[in-house]
Amino acid sequence: MTTVFGVPLQALFSQVLVGLINGSFYALLSLGLAIIFGLLNIVNFAHGAFYMLGALGAWLLLEHLGIGYWPALIISPLIVGLFGALIERTMLKRIRGLDPIYGLLLTFGLALVIQGVARNYFGVSGEPYDMPPQLTGGKNLGFMFLPNYRAWVVLVSVLLCTLTWFVTERTRLGSYLRAATENPLLVQAFGINVPRLITLTYGLGVGLAALAGVMAAPIYRVSPLMGSDLIIVVFAVVVIGGMGSIFGSILTGFALGVIEGLTKVYYPEASSTVVFVIMAIVLMVKPAGLFGRTA
Amino acid sequence: MTARVEAETKAAARGLSPARNNEVRSLRVPIAILIGICLVAPFVIYPVFLMKMLCWALFACAFNLLLGYVGLLSFGHALFFGAAGYLTAYAAQTWGFPFELALLTGMVTAAVLGLLVGWLAIRRQGIYFAMITLALAQMFYFFCLRAPFTGGEDGIQGVPRGKLLGLVSLEGNLTLYWVVLAIFLFGFFFIVRVIHSPFGQVLKAVRENEPRAVSLGYRADQYKLIAFVLSAALSGLAGGMKAIVFQLASLTDVYWTTSGEVILMVLLGGLGTVFGPVVGAVVIVCVESFLAQLGGWVTVVQGGLFVVCVLAFRRGIIGELSRLLHRPL
Repeated sequence: MTTVFGVPLQALFSQVLVGLINGSFYALLSLGLAIIFGLLNIVNFAHGAFYMLGALGAWLLLEHLGIGYWPALIISPLIVGLFGALIERTMLKRIRGLDPIYGLLLTFGLALVIQGVARNYFGVSGEPYDMPPQLTGGKNLGFMFLPNYRAWVVLVSVLLCTLTWFVTERTRLGSYLRAATENPLLVQAFGINVPRLITLTYGLGVGLAALAGVMAAPIYRVSPLMGSDLIIVVFAVVVIGGMGSIFGSILTGFALGVIEGLTKVYYPEASSTVVFVIMAIVLMVKPAGLFGRTA
Repeated sequence: MTARVEAETKAAARGLSPARNNEVRSLRVPIAILIGICLVAPFVIYPVFLMKMLCWALFACAFNLLLGYVGLLSFGHALFFGAAGYLTAYAAQTWGFPFELALLTGMVTAAVLGLLVGWLAIRRQGIYFAMITLALAQMFYFFCLRAPFTGGEDGIQGVPRGKLLGLVSLEGNLTLYWVVLAIFLFGFFFIVRVIHSPFGQVLKAVRENEPRAVSLGYRADQYKLIAFVLSAALSGLAGGMKAIVFQLASLTDVYWTTSGEVILMVLLGGLGTVFGPVVGAVVIVCVESFLAQLGGWVTVVQGGLFVVCVLAFRRGIIGELSRLLHRPL
């Protein structure tokens, strides 16, 4: 059997795949964080909680209404996105213009409330969520076994990231969005409804997190705490990549996922800390982050 | 008129502006009240419960030094609190260090870690600072989860309380209470002194307008780092005390929830006030023990308090009180 540094190629590839999956979630979440931060100047601590709500929503839809994976993939992010828009309208709107620290604290509080309620209702152990029958099984590629569902997750994430990039960089709506990020007052003076744009952006970012949650549901167990540790890793990803560039957050997300996967093969003890170590190194070498524009 | 000028000159010679001198003087009455309450409390309330409050209060005061007076939001202070707890417990139990030396070990560890984390985190400002400290603290949490000396999920249990200066046994709760109170007051007065020193004035200048402070020739980064290390060391003192009081050092103390709790205490009590963190700590410890039988709802209440504080109560309890009384508290 072929080995790379003493590790069978098969094991290596499968860990890289697991890394890509994690990387997909990092990319989707840090992308949402970056878009929200750009327009609202808020670091959305509740992002992990919304990711969890997406997964929980899919599970509830199946359990109580018999709605399966495919409709849930649309319905759950839609509901969570609307919920996010509601929160923006009722709460985040009121702290606009304050120190961004307050935004972080407010969304941290929201995350605690959402996770706490989910935990009381749901328990901590979590529930399994079945894969859609169309995506079970896998293909033998010769050098490795590729489970269909995992290939699907990576594919959809790449598509979603590209789509988000396209919308923000190449469409009229995206140009409003970027303009409002630069100078909201001026954009408003041109007759564009900036408050609505902000609500829309927050709902969109949150919906993206929920969509990641639905996709994660069949891979991990659906549990109220699934987002709380993830968001901290995503923060590290954001520090490494810098929130200034959308492309940067996508690339950093996938790259760190793969590095994490490789660490699991070569030095498993460090797999949970490697992202943080890389963050520390990046801070030492390039304090503004890899794609950061300002310090 | 001349008398006033003379007084001001004297005050200036002692390195205090008249305004600051008044500020310190106006704290005398509330400090007397605080000490009075602390002296009477152990005869009314269970001392261990009070010691828990004092440990958290010192932790919150140390945190406030950073958030309230330098404007730096660290989301990773559990690192210093928990690490010092582990080291104090380990030194007291395995190395057989006496009480004072064990506490000192924990505090020095926290200070060294503070130097490292601060050195890294100060490279970025504002919201990134919070994310970096949070990530580094999470890294340390995973380290503690795996490191052999922390006892993993069990933590370090049955930590001996030892003897004060090798003479007075600290097994009795009331005796330990007086020692903990003395250490708390030492930390509290130290922080009050720092805040009102020329050094503290520079910290506040950095908080208000960092580029301006830099343009005036102050090395803002150095001031921030010193404040960070001080805050970490005092958090470590609090964490070490907690480990001795409860004879336990555990993973909870290094987890991000602990960082969240201390932020909530400072926010609820009043950011940048002298007494706010103490009041916040007392309220939160009471709320938590009151709600303990409700289990999971504690986090919901904590989160709700965060939301309410940020949306409608940004001055905090002491901040509002100070506004009503027209005096700094």
